[in-house]
Amino acid sequence: MSTSDSRQVERIHPVPDPGIEEHLPRWTDVDEGAATRVTRQITFMFGLVPLLSIAFVVFYFAIDRNATVDFAGLHAPAQHTLMGLAAGLAILLVGVGAVQWARLIMSDHELVGERHTMASSDEARRVAVQQFADGVADANIARRRLLGTSFAGALGILVVPALVTLADLGPWPGPGMRKATIEKTVWAEGVHLVTDVTFNRIKAAEMEIGQLINAQPEVFKDMAHEDPAQFQREKAKASIIVVRMDPNRIKIPASRATWHVGGILCYSKICTHVGCPISLWEQQTHHLLCPCHQSTFDLANSGVVVFGPAARSLPQLPIKVDGQGFLVAQQDFNVPVGPSYFERDSRNDYQEGQD
Amino acid sequence: MAKPTTVAADSPALDSTTPTQAPPLAKAGGIAGWLDERLTIGALSKHPNALRKIFPDHWSFLIGEIALYSFVILLLTGVFLTIWFKPSMAEIEYEGSYQLLRGVPMSEAFASTLSLSFDVRGGLLVRQIHHWAAMLFVGAATAHMLRVFFTGAFRKPRELNWLIGVGLLSISLIEGFAGYSLPDDLLSGTGLRFVDGLVRSVPLIGTWAEFFMFGGEFPGTLIIPRLYMVHILLVPGLLLALIGGHLTIMWYQKHTQFPGPGRTESNVVGYPFFPVYMAKAGGFFFIVFGVTVLMGTFMSINPVWMYGPYNPAEVTAGSQPDWYMGWVEGAIRIMPNWEWHLGGTTWSWNIFLPGAGLMGLLFTGLALWPFIEAWITGDRAEHHLLDRPRNAPTRTALGVAGMTVYGMFWLAGGNDILATMFHLSLNDVTYVMRAAVFVAPVLAFLITRRICASLQRADRNRVLHGSETGVIVRTVDGRYYEDHVPISDDEAFTLTQHAEYPELEATPAHDASGVAMKPLVSKSRARVRRWYVAPYVGKPTATEIESAHDHGDHADDPALESGDRKALTH
Repeated sequence: MSTSDSRQVERIHPVPDPGIEEHLPRWTDVDEGAATRVTRQITFMFGLVPLLSIAFVVFYFAIDRNATVDFAGLHAPAQHTLMGLAAGLAILLVGVGAVQWARLIMSDHELVGERHTMASSDEARRVAVQQFADGVADANIARRRLLGTSFAGALGILVVPALVTLADLGPWPGPGMRKATIEKTVWAEGVHLVTDVTFNRIKAAEMEIGQLINAQPEVFKDMAHEDPAQFQREKAKASIIVVRMDPNRIKIPASRATWHVGGILCYSKICTHVGCPISLWEQQTHHLLCPCHQSTFDLANSGVVVFGPAARSLPQLPIKVDGQGFLVAQQDFNVPVGPSYFERDSRNDYQEGQD
Repeated sequence: MAKPTTVAADSPALDSTTPTQAPPLAKAGGIAGWLDERLTIGALSKHPNALRKIFPDHWSFLIGEIALYSFVILLLTGVFLTIWFKPSMAEIEYEGSYQLLRGVPMSEAFASTLSLSFDVRGGLLVRQIHHWAAMLFVGAATAHMLRVFFTGAFRKPRELNWLIGVGLLSISLIEGFAGYSLPDDLLSGTGLRFVDGLVRSVPLIGTWAEFFMFGGEFPGTLIIPRLYMVHILLVPGLLLALIGGHLTIMWYQKHTQFPGPGRTESNVVGYPFFPVYMAKAGGFFFIVFGVTVLMGTFMSINPVWMYGPYNPAEVTAGSQPDWYMGWVEGAIRIMPNWEWHLGGTTWSWNIFLPGAGLMGLLFTGLALWPFIEAWITGDRAEHHLLDRPRNAPTRTALGVAGMTVYGMFWLAGGNDILATMFHLSLNDVTYVMRAAVFVAPVLAFLITRRICASLQRADRNRVLHGSETGVIVRTVDGRYYEDHVPISDDEAFTLTQHAEYPELEATPAHDASGVAMKPLVSKSRARVRRWYVAPYVGKPTATEIESAHDHGDHADDPALESGDRKALTH
């Protein structure tokens, strides 16, 4: 390529290189007094460091853990603040002192070094190629190709057992595993809807129009203590919101006419985008907004997406009342809840305008 | 830049670095002598690159140092944190000294983070230093990359170090994300939930990747211990190795330098490593460390006790990732909801494209750029003198366009914050950002190219006509002009030393007898190179400078100014 370089890029100097600038002495180079003053300043900085270090140790042992400092808008633990202040200043002074030393006391004569092109000389290249060829010849590989091929193959195949050991990173999500995990929640016929955190059953008659309750299945009450890990996994799927709207002012498709109790509807709380719990309720528009990525669902229209990056409606949970008027589920969700995954059959999700 | 000693312009830049009277190590005795007898360290003095290696000085070279020092701070503070942090998702009831969370069930990871913050003396300080240093690390690495990009320091022979840098930047995002997920608080759990959705969205293998990563369903009990391993061993090990390589190559190839009098492609002008650079760089480490300690002292960061433990049924409005993930977050937010439902399968382009796709695009584009640029310019020469960004206008404009699109995505990551802060409609902000990520970079590109051309023109005028004095002179015939004084030779040289790319014509695709052959310069390459070089104004030739200076008596007469300013004369 070197022949075309000169044609493709050129460096012409209309102004000749005047050479490196003249060295101008610093104030500390010509005035001994100034140099002494600077030396004293730097020594003072270094001298403060042991004092600050001692202060740090004193703060560590002497300050009561519950003491706080309130100063000019700062409200913080006293020990933390004073330790940090002492350590920060000590470390900073070491740095400032060293840099000042380099800037004002050390020689500031710039030096010139040579650069060489990175490529080695033709001679060196030739020798290297020759050495490599000698080595190849010594290995006798040219005459016994099978040796090299089988060696490369043997090395390569060792990757397979290494990779296979990773197959147990997690359970394999085949169809059966998926049905038992991400395609299923703990909701089932007769499971009571209870309020989030306090686990109180929800009486249908006591819900007001416009009210929204963050709810969960009653089975969580025991699961929370008995199997906390299972509890977290199920909570990431089975969390719901229960909302009461005026049934005459919302769209309820014929296929879902029996899924609500007098305008009380129940939806998955887990966003169909990436799975955040959706929690911002706009009472007047009946919209539910996800605070993570702002997907907005219309709860008055079977949970269809009205805005944002989510692509699928919120799954609706069919509910009814038990003998005492408490809300219970009719069955599990009819589609998997939460974010999409490749094997998800998304033909059964509610589409805008369906019956 | 301090004024260096005089070196005649025509004198070869001979090595002046070897100390004339190196103290003989053998006589020095002590540790140096002991080591010399075993490792021959005295022989290093023969090598000019040992103690007295020369490093050029410029403030912008310190940005990469900040990244390096933040990494050292992260290692130091990280070791301290591991002494108390428990990477376990086992549920316990909190009984520590933070009253407001007593009796609340939480993971051991979260409880030990609270214990670090409230019960370990200095624990909160170190936690906050660690988090601030992490923010600074990614920030400084990004800024360092921009410096290298805009000054063309990635060109031959430094493409490998650029690639290592791109690798470092991409894995530091993973490192940062793994780190802020560890406390298992409500915010970090929400971040993990997002990553779960992102991993799931990968076509074909998403579900498998999710189950392998989380050890089953989200959240499970394995992700925190696994991320802990990734955060304190796997990625730091990689970072350490890559940083080692990055610095070794930099040392071996010698640092680039900005153009200036006496600075050439075959020399390096600066200060010796020992003692000046060691003191400056070492001192700067302590300055960076001191500042992060003060930040950790006075600026609260990630107060997890206010968020509470992770609960998959809860989320806080205004949830934001750490700043360096903000642009991915923004892309996810403003992406239209495209999803394919083909047969029994779901293809989540709404998550995969802005998440994995965009990150892949950025890092692939960055990695390829040095090779693309070399192909466009056909420039295969070594470069040790940096470009002034104005003299590479298309590259500079592309860089600014890239920064703009990054910035737009980043802003979109706070669309809810923007809407509430400025009382705007959230939906409108989102729609505007959808357009802005396409329109803003184009505008930025065009404007930057214009600015670069103007700056080149200003340089040209300065070389030809000197510096404006602010003195307005009235001639006898009543005309007015501003008096100019000539600029120094040093400055004139600096403004005119850069390389140029002359017009390149496509070579014929047929030889003299009409037989088709592969052209040396294809038509498309000639065209793309013309586009790349187009906004170049051109530096004055020696003749132009001479003629401008020959008319020194009235060189300031605007009538003599070059073409584009003729209109001003009468």
